[in-house]
Amino acid sequence: MKVLVAVKRVVDYNVKVRVKADQSGVDIADVKFSMNPFDEIAIEEAVRLKEKGVATEVIAVSMGVAQCQETLRTALAMGADRAIHVQSDAELQPLAVAKLLKAICDKEQPQLVILGKQAIDDDCNQTGQMLAALAGWSQGTFASKVEISGSDISVIREVDGGLQTVALKLPAIVTTDLRLNEPRYATLPNIMKAKKKPLDAVTPEALGVDVTPRLKTLKVTEPPKRKGGIKVKTIGELVDKLKNEARVI
Amino acid sequence: MFDAPPLPHYFSPEHTQFRDTLRGFVASEISPHINDWDEAGTFPRDLYRKAAALGILGLGYPEKYGGTPADIFYQIILAEEFARTGSGGIQASINSHTIALPPLIAAGSETLKRHIIPSVIAGEKIAALAVTEPSGGSDVASLCTTAIRDGDHYVVSGEKTFITSGMRADYLTVAVRTDPAVKGAGGISVLMIDGDTPGLTRTELKKMGWWCSDTAHLHFDHCRVPATNLVGTENRGFKTLMHNFNSERLFLSALAYGFAQVCLEEALAWAQQRKTFGHPLAERQVIRHKLMDMMLRVDAARSLVYDLAYCIEHGRGNTEHLVARICMAKVLSTQAMQFCADQAVQILGGMGFMRGTRSERIYREVKVMMIGGGSEEIMKDLAARKIGI
Repeated sequence: MKVLVAVKRVVDYNVKVRVKADQSGVDIADVKFSMNPFDEIAIEEAVRLKEKGVATEVIAVSMGVAQCQETLRTALAMGADRAIHVQSDAELQPLAVAKLLKAICDKEQPQLVILGKQAIDDDCNQTGQMLAALAGWSQGTFASKVEISGSDISVIREVDGGLQTVALKLPAIVTTDLRLNEPRYATLPNIMKAKKKPLDAVTPEALGVDVTPRLKTLKVTEPPKRKGGIKVKTIGELVDKLKNEARVI
Repeated sequence: MFDAPPLPHYFSPEHTQFRDTLRGFVASEISPHINDWDEAGTFPRDLYRKAAALGILGLGYPEKYGGTPADIFYQIILAEEFARTGSGGIQASINSHTIALPPLIAAGSETLKRHIIPSVIAGEKIAALAVTEPSGGSDVASLCTTAIRDGDHYVVSGEKTFITSGMRADYLTVAVRTDPAVKGAGGISVLMIDGDTPGLTRTELKKMGWWCSDTAHLHFDHCRVPATNLVGTENRGFKTLMHNFNSERLFLSALAYGFAQVCLEEALAWAQQRKTFGHPLAERQVIRHKLMDMMLRVDAARSLVYDLAYCIEHGRGNTEHLVARICMAKVLSTQAMQFCADQAVQILGGMGFMRGTRSERIYREVKVMMIGGGSEEIMKDLAARKIGI
């Protein structure tokens, strides 16, 4: 069984991003990029499936600028067998990414696609679901446990207020939540070996996908500065403030 | 500024990835325990295996022994990331093979290499280098421990001291005098001696710093060592021993400014959050100046080490001058460490005097860095000679 894993190159989680003066986005010049943490979990899950003998091949896919190949090398160092880079300097929104993934699925015919539930840059949380809709496959999102037997896949999902188990038929889409696994570190020998693993580059045009953005960013602003707290004198005052000021109850 | 931005002229994506692996490993496997290990005076032997599993111990060694060949910048990254623990002891022990194995790699027989190197870089066995004696350290050519040939064995007698990993080592790379008639460098050889050789006794030494690392005084009393354990040619060991000093010193330099940077980071975090008379310390000019004095020393030392690593990797520059500059890099970096440890403890005030802060420990570990691997005085003298003064 082939497993396809989508990985995104994002600003490293340790970087404190700054909004550009013209409010067109965040400043990404000279900052560190790394693999979206949820995608690391996705790669780890796929590699474990291969180690268990369930998966036969793990293919990592990334989309975007040339440096995405570095992210793919990380995936290869963690244990993916080969990689596909969809090269594009355009802004790739979730729908475009889902369409590109669909095109790659048509070509590669994987039985399972694993994605991070969301990327830590735009937090869209859409690509996996869109891909499931485009492909007409089952989806198990926010997975905290995945079990495969034959053509059945059972996914435990982290939902509001508890866990939900869904039984799906392969082929299927799984998106990872934080507690699915703890990704391994890429070992030095594997980092070196990853340089020699196959990495193919394709373009959206070659895949026949129009990636023109459908959404327009009007402006990006810093979140409001946190204000100092206050002390309340009575429970009544607290309830009043929660109701009328914070409006949370 | 604190965490150097991508420097593509020095570091490839693979370097960066190795750094990420190390940072994660250090943050999850070492840093949470380091205070306890330092107080306990030891750390679990299992850590060697964990480091080996990530390829850390095999860094730079040939694949046929289970290693991963890699350029010198990987060593620099290793030093910088281990420095983040704020403990010199852990890296001194975990990496003791980086000074113990090079003579073997450079001159040892294939049988000996195959016997020793794979188990050490797999984290199963520990290797230590034993050169310094009670009568002298820097003056290697004057060592007194003798190894007298008796049939197919050498009989080793003498003492070695300040031996890092000396208590736990399974293999000791020992500098011995095989020709007692020759007093200088000419009569010196290198022997691999098993830790369980009869006649070898070890005594643990208590130290100012490096608490979690085992340091030993070794006594060899007529230890019989197979002649096949000789590394290289008899009486030609001096050069073999000196061979590795350049990379060891560059590694130590990176460690030293790494520790200096840890002090700077700890002092800065403290200065930003500690308020005196209504304002954070970091807003006080006297403290701001201290922080910048620290930063300029870290930055200068790091820049010199990166430049040297680049020159070595690409074979640029006059060899003699490179050696001189490596000596100066060690002086510059360890002085940066001394300065930053002192300033950080001062900025932390009472907290800096308390065990548990990284600056307190680094303050106690400055001197070993200024002495070990070539003392400051020797470094300056050697640099002057290499430049032709």
